[in-house]
Amino acid sequence: MGDPTLTILIIEENPVRAAILEDGMREAGYGRIIHVSDMVTVPDKICAIDPDVIVIGLENASRDTLEQMFQVSRTVRRPIAMFVDTSDTATIQAAVDAGVSTYVVDGLKKERVRPIIDVTISRFHAFRRLQEELAEAKEALAARKVIERAKGILMKQKNINEDEAYNLLRRAAMSQKRKLFEIAQSVLTTAQLFDEA
Amino acid sequence: MRDNQVMTLEVEPQTRRDARHLPTITLGFIPLTDCAVLAVARERGFAVREGIDLRLSREVSWANIRDKVALGHLQGAQMLAGMPIATTLGINQIPMPMQVPFCLNRNGNAITVSNTLHDAMAQGDGLPAWDDVAAAGRALQRVIAQRQAEGRAPLTFGMVYPFSCHNYELRYWMAASGIDPDNDVRLVVVPPPLMVDSLRDGHIDGFCVGEPWSSVAVEANLGRIIVSKAKLWRHGMEKVVGVPKVWASQNGAVLAALIRALDRAAAWADDPANCHELATLLAAPEYLGMPEGVVARALCGEILTGSGLEHRAVDDFLVLHRNGANLPSIEHALWIYSQMVRWRQAVRRPGDEAVIRAIFRPDVYRAALAGAPWEPDPMAAGPGIEASDELDLFDHRPFDPTNIDAYLA
Repeated sequence: MGDPTLTILIIEENPVRAAILEDGMREAGYGRIIHVSDMVTVPDKICAIDPDVIVIGLENASRDTLEQMFQVSRTVRRPIAMFVDTSDTATIQAAVDAGVSTYVVDGLKKERVRPIIDVTISRFHAFRRLQEELAEAKEALAARKVIERAKGILMKQKNINEDEAYNLLRRAAMSQKRKLFEIAQSVLTTAQLFDEA
Repeated sequence: MRDNQVMTLEVEPQTRRDARHLPTITLGFIPLTDCAVLAVARERGFAVREGIDLRLSREVSWANIRDKVALGHLQGAQMLAGMPIATTLGINQIPMPMQVPFCLNRNGNAITVSNTLHDAMAQGDGLPAWDDVAAAGRALQRVIAQRQAEGRAPLTFGMVYPFSCHNYELRYWMAASGIDPDNDVRLVVVPPPLMVDSLRDGHIDGFCVGEPWSSVAVEANLGRIIVSKAKLWRHGMEKVVGVPKVWASQNGAVLAALIRALDRAAAWADDPANCHELATLLAAPEYLGMPEGVVARALCGEILTGSGLEHRAVDDFLVLHRNGANLPSIEHALWIYSQMVRWRQAVRRPGDEAVIRAIFRPDVYRAALAGAPWEPDPMAAGPGIEASDELDLFDHRPFDPTNIDAYLA
């Protein structure tokens, strides 16, 4: 059974396609399904409804509106299921490979709606996790570079070896209750000031 | 000679006109007046004359354009000048290096407000003169301050995409007029074809959009055009042709032929003698599917700013070729990037300037035209364009592209 607590928003002008999607979701056990057919009201509806999942056609002009809403606030980022009418497996594969938090399906059959929603949600979470991990890894790498450079400066200035420089930074961080990275950053800033002076 | 497509470019002129044997390029476009150069390149035979079979795919959204180019369904597309930057830097998307070898137009946008908002702006110090950008900004600021004092809901403005010049133009204009675009108003993305309906239904109070949509709003007596991009950001880069960098490097000869075809098409489209013929072409259902008279306004530079008013001749309302318009502008691109940072779309990274310089390629444009048998636009040919491309916004605040941090400080 689909999760009856999920709110699903269908953005679709064509009433036939919207009906197929809506029926499929109801039969799959999803509880709150809301359909917007008037594209002019899409931004207001998304704000008011705050859906858990958005279902939209690939060829829907309101996709640009969605893009902005997700950009303005990361908290309104939601899984989006996108569908195309034509059977084009290459498109689907490429879209999935590209890692967009979307799942493109060929054709619209109400029996297929449930797995699509499930996959969309799980892909979305997987993708977001990957993004977060990537951001963390990047941050850690950047911090390490700063620490390395700060060590280099200390080694040169105080004529000490690498371990001693590292211990110096660590002690400063502990006594000031700040992060090692922050201490290293201030060493760099100070060194820069002296260079410019 | 890298591939057999190069050979095709050297066949006899008679066979060249038979598009069946030519390399195919499919470019995406959005039905807007500034897709003119693409339409002309295909429909007036400029593409075939350069040995390429140019196909155009009409798309409904900028997101679609971006995705289809990324997936290789399109070789390239008409893009908002900020899009290749956002795609290359990977802002809210998977990063993919892009190249811009051609600028489709300068200017062409306008800011339109509802009749109600226009009337409110006209009170107090009186109606701002048409296209007086600073005065219009002051009038808007006054209306907003009054609404805030009365505890009324903020005004809502429509623009077409987060990385659109429209977004940056509205924000720049507002911020320079003492309006905080993040807190004093609501900015929402509205697809151009929905802009006029949104204004009619009261979902938005004004918008910044490309033609013909401001003229459509005027035609329906729903709003007034108050500011042109030509005045807000003189000669501002607007739409460009964006292609994946990988595709550009693997298809150099075909890309050069495309640039030559677009350059010739742009020269034809920019000739005032052709503006009505061009309007007929663009009004057709496969392009805009709009009334010819409305489409003609921007093309012929005769703008109707309000229902029942006189047509106004607006200098450079839409520039398709002259004054080196087709040359991709690095300086304008860097300014767009500065606005992405300013409005917190992008995180400032010191290496980004070099990345952006590698996207916008006036050198590729010039190299493609170097062997062409026609006289290139004098501004585009020489180093003169750099001077004319100096950024000039309505408040004339100087922009030093080598010191973006100082500009944003």
